[in-house]
Amino acid sequence: MQILKLIFKNAFRHRLRTFLTIAGISIAILAFGLLRTVVDAWYAGVEASAANRLVSRNAISLIFPLPFSYKEKIRQIEGVSIVSYGNWFGGIYIDEKNFFPNFAVEPKSYLELYPEYVFQPDQLAALLRDRKGFAAGRKLAEKYNWKPGDAVILKGTIFPGEWEFVLRGIYKGRTKSVDETQFFFHWNYLNETVKKTNPGRADQVGFYMIGVKNPNIASNVTAAIDKTFKNSLAETLTETEKAFQMSFISMSEAIVIAIQLVSFVVVIIIMAVMANTMAMSSRERIGEYAVFKTLGFGGMYIAVLIFGESLFISATGCIIGAILTFPAAKAFGNEMSQFFPIFIVSGNTIYLDAAASVVIGITAAIIPTYRAVTIRIADGLRRIG
Amino acid sequence: MNGKRPIVELRNICKSYQRGSQNIPVLNDITLDIKGGEFLALMGPSGSGKSTLLNLIAGIDKADSGVINVAGIDIAALSETELAGWRAANVGFIFQFYNLIPVLTAFENVELPLLLSGLSKKEKKEHVETALGVVNLSDRLEHYPGELSGGQQQRVAIARAIVTDPAIIVADEPTGDLDRVSAEEILELMERLVHELGKTIIMVTHDPRAAQKAHIIRHLDKGVLNADPQANI
Repeated sequence: MQILKLIFKNAFRHRLRTFLTIAGISIAILAFGLLRTVVDAWYAGVEASAANRLVSRNAISLIFPLPFSYKEKIRQIEGVSIVSYGNWFGGIYIDEKNFFPNFAVEPKSYLELYPEYVFQPDQLAALLRDRKGFAAGRKLAEKYNWKPGDAVILKGTIFPGEWEFVLRGIYKGRTKSVDETQFFFHWNYLNETVKKTNPGRADQVGFYMIGVKNPNIASNVTAAIDKTFKNSLAETLTETEKAFQMSFISMSEAIVIAIQLVSFVVVIIIMAVMANTMAMSSRERIGEYAVFKTLGFGGMYIAVLIFGESLFISATGCIIGAILTFPAAKAFGNEMSQFFPIFIVSGNTIYLDAAASVVIGITAAIIPTYRAVTIRIADGLRRIG
Repeated sequence: MNGKRPIVELRNICKSYQRGSQNIPVLNDITLDIKGGEFLALMGPSGSGKSTLLNLIAGIDKADSGVINVAGIDIAALSETELAGWRAANVGFIFQFYNLIPVLTAFENVELPLLLSGLSKKEKKEHVETALGVVNLSDRLEHYPGELSGGQQQRVAIARAIVTDPAIIVADEPTGDLDRVSAEEILELMERLVHELGKTIIMVTHDPRAAQKAHIIRHLDKGVLNADPQANI
């Protein structure tokens, strides 16, 4: 009882110093949490991948297409349940700064593969019915204030021209980790238009999305697909959706590592600040610790006092920082939604925050405790007065 | 007083400090007996070794050689942990600058030594209130040291020193930071502890007026105790 009271009272003896230290830790934990969330956002696509989905693309590069005729051959491979397909459209909405991912897909099979995209039944029916119809994620529709029935024009870059679409469905993610910023429309609309304007590019798809009956046979199916098209004019490279997403991450791995390093540097800096606070507090109270020892209290009691104070300050800073991370991440995520469609503070980040605060608290207390415990009582008492 | 038997027996105590490569002798072959219920004043110039001698008797420092026997226990043979337990049970401390914990109330400061005693909460409360009653501060239980005068703070420190009912009380310049009136009150209180509660007090002081309150005055000079005790009774 008394020791907890003493720890609490000691922590607030120099209120300004304690508040500044807590503020520093809060800001550091906030920065740490945001940086960790940026890293998580980087991997959001990977995390959202399903084990029963494969992606097949041209083995040379993603920018080269595959023949539409592969669809039936893939469907016949043992273990394949669904085959969908699509193209990266790369259209611009009004201005280049309004970036969002947009694809031409075969919506029926695509949505069977992605049950996490949840539509209202009437909107889904309208989308499947209308060849010029498109679907948008909830966040994207809210951002541009689109309502079902609204006409939207995208300027084609890969497929030149002005492309007119009508919003037929707005999907919501089944979980928070589902990207709600996507735009997809009928592949047939793209293909039929290209047939008229540039027939040489018709009947080609950028990728096949393949559903497998059982995730355990994914590697067999992958090998079978690639074997089927070996030595053809367009060989395939098939991999799990997760591996496909990871291939994008690996291109920017250096940035991710840099962000992770910075997040840890932030913690190390605040550890030094906290250690300084504890060193000052402990030095000022060395006489008191000598009094405690004089009265018969052992080194363990002194250690609990110093470690307790240090952990109390770091935990308080951590709690405030962790709480602030949520609104900050929301604001940051809204502002940067075109780059980070999924920007959610994960439970893992909060655990890391807590671990960081414990490490900060313990590390900062080690040297002051050693000094307070090992100082001779007579020397400690001499510091008073 | 509880008889003529010495409660503190020092035999051939030597103590020196190492300062760099230099060995500085502080106490040289000190032999001293202090009887139970005695009030002894140790006097001497600065650096004569008074506080060091007090620290040795109180078990907060160790002698280089010699025997320190307190209430039948050779404290030089005790480990640091045993010594801490021994101090908690047998010695009360009064310091020049009171050394109260500023964030604790008078009650909590006095209660501190009892945290090691294993007494129940109720028993602790009774002990603390009794100790503060002895020093006439029953109405200041919830006051913080910063809200008390120097004399009152020293009385809280005395209550803390007696709350565990130790046999010996060591006081290092207990009136050194007080005005004359407060110093007089503290000395009268210490006399009461000897006469009414039978405590043995060993007090280091520079102040001849304070020393006059003691039964016996011993002088230390350059680490050597004077040959003849100066008795005040």
